[in-house]
Amino acid sequence: MGEQLLNELVLPVVYILCIAVPLILAVAMFVYWERKVIGWMHVRMGPNKVGPWGLLQAFADVVKLLIKEVILPSSANRFLYYLAPLLALVPAFAAWAVVPFDDRMVLANVNAGLLYLLAMTSLGVYGIILAGWASNSRYALLGAMRSAAQVISYELAMGLSLVCVLVLAGSLNLTDIVHAQAGGKGLFDWFWLPLLPVFIVYFISGVAETNRAPFDVAEGESEIVAGFHVEYSGSAFAIFFLAEYANMILVSFLASIFFLGGWLSPLQGWIHADAPNWVNWIWTGSIIWLLIKAFLMSFLFLWFRATFPRYRYDQIMRLGWKVFIPITIVWVLVAGCMKYFGLVLAGTGA
Amino acid sequence: MIDTNLLQLICFYGFAAVTVGAALAVISLKNSVHAVLSLVLAFFSTACIWLLAEAEFLAIALIVVYVGAVMVLFLFVVMMLDIKMEQVREGFIRYLPVGIIVALVMLAEMLALIGVRAMHAHVMGANPATVAGLSNTAWLGEALYSQYLLPFEVAALILTVGVVVAVALTLRHRGDKKHESASEQVRVNPRDRIRVVKMAPSRPDEPTSSEEPLQ
Repeated sequence: MGEQLLNELVLPVVYILCIAVPLILAVAMFVYWERKVIGWMHVRMGPNKVGPWGLLQAFADVVKLLIKEVILPSSANRFLYYLAPLLALVPAFAAWAVVPFDDRMVLANVNAGLLYLLAMTSLGVYGIILAGWASNSRYALLGAMRSAAQVISYELAMGLSLVCVLVLAGSLNLTDIVHAQAGGKGLFDWFWLPLLPVFIVYFISGVAETNRAPFDVAEGESEIVAGFHVEYSGSAFAIFFLAEYANMILVSFLASIFFLGGWLSPLQGWIHADAPNWVNWIWTGSIIWLLIKAFLMSFLFLWFRATFPRYRYDQIMRLGWKVFIPITIVWVLVAGCMKYFGLVLAGTGA
Repeated sequence: MIDTNLLQLICFYGFAAVTVGAALAVISLKNSVHAVLSLVLAFFSTACIWLLAEAEFLAIALIVVYVGAVMVLFLFVVMMLDIKMEQVREGFIRYLPVGIIVALVMLAEMLALIGVRAMHAHVMGANPATVAGLSNTAWLGEALYSQYLLPFEVAALILTVGVVVAVALTLRHRGDKKHESASEQVRVNPRDRIRVVKMAPSRPDEPTSSEEPLQ
């Protein structure tokens, strides 16, 4: 009885903490890294006062946010106002359940993992909409409306681009999708090559889904102050912030898993040396490669933010509906033909 | 030891109770946004019941399509509406008898259907996906695209016609609409828009330089 309880209850909780705690720390360090990188791109210093090289800045900000008062606007809907940040946070963390970090390192190896991810990312929009509505503020409502329209539009492009991955991999299981990218041609076995347009569409849709620059009309500081979270302060705002950054890191991980071979090494199949384990991972693949890829992908988010001006609302809609969706629909057919004529063989090696 | 069947049964009744409660809340709550959210909860717990029945594809598709997209648009519309609650209350009482009759007829029909099925004693076979050794999604895909291809295509056609009709009904052309062509904007040549004028440097205090206006 005791052993069963341990296996079924305690171990999953420990595993969940093993994902959630590093994720929260990663968010804190990512915020620091973002401010540093954008600072360098603007030829500024970035945060450099708290701790060595300003490393503790993020933690100072967290403490500051947590000890601030949470203000409830007059005639706001109390229940939904406090529920909204949680509705934004829960899907952002729940999606991590199916993310495979390594060959065996995955919390839930479910067969419909890809569908589950789509479901979770589509739920996050409720937090934003309800925050906008429950705040009883015009700016917040406008931000929520913009965000809802944008997220729904880009979800379609995102879903269709994942259909291409699904066609080539022949599985909805994320671990199997990574295995399908194994082979003897190194990084040219990954799906980014046959699915190059779709890869770009997927990542840009991911940026739009997380409401990040240049698609951040939901916040739009110059027009609607801070959009949906304009009335939130203190820890409630911190939760929105956490959800947004957790989603950015999630999109980076997913782009690495779907198109850049997950934990597989870019040198796979080229080197067959027998080396100790601490060297071996360079060509056999390990979680370190996944972390490197995800780090590079998440860097793109910051780079975009420092580079591009904000899109106008009608430009966002045009890009999503008239450019991305047609591209992905055509590429579903192309991917089907590639699979049918055997141009891309899923998982020839390893 | 926890019996798996018992646990499933408890879960089923839990989700079923939440579904029924949420469905009742949809028609009884005063605030229309709250009502829409109850509907979301009803969909969500229905998806959980389907998961219990090992219909994982349908369950997640329900969440992706209805909860993730349709209900968001619904919420979008409801937030924009300014509904006067007294009138809605009035209508609720007035149409209650009709509603009860419709509900009773539906209940009778459902009971009849289940009753007829029960009389045939048509025992459900084992889960065809497990028999075929495939995941639920893979089996559903194979069945849809081979055995039921024609009905599937007909359904897709009907949906496409529906989209075209919806667009045709709501599309209005206004004569004075201003619109930008993105391809034209991209093709703009800077030389057509601005002219760089090279001017000799001049001092403002000299009287000769005042003839040229400063650009």
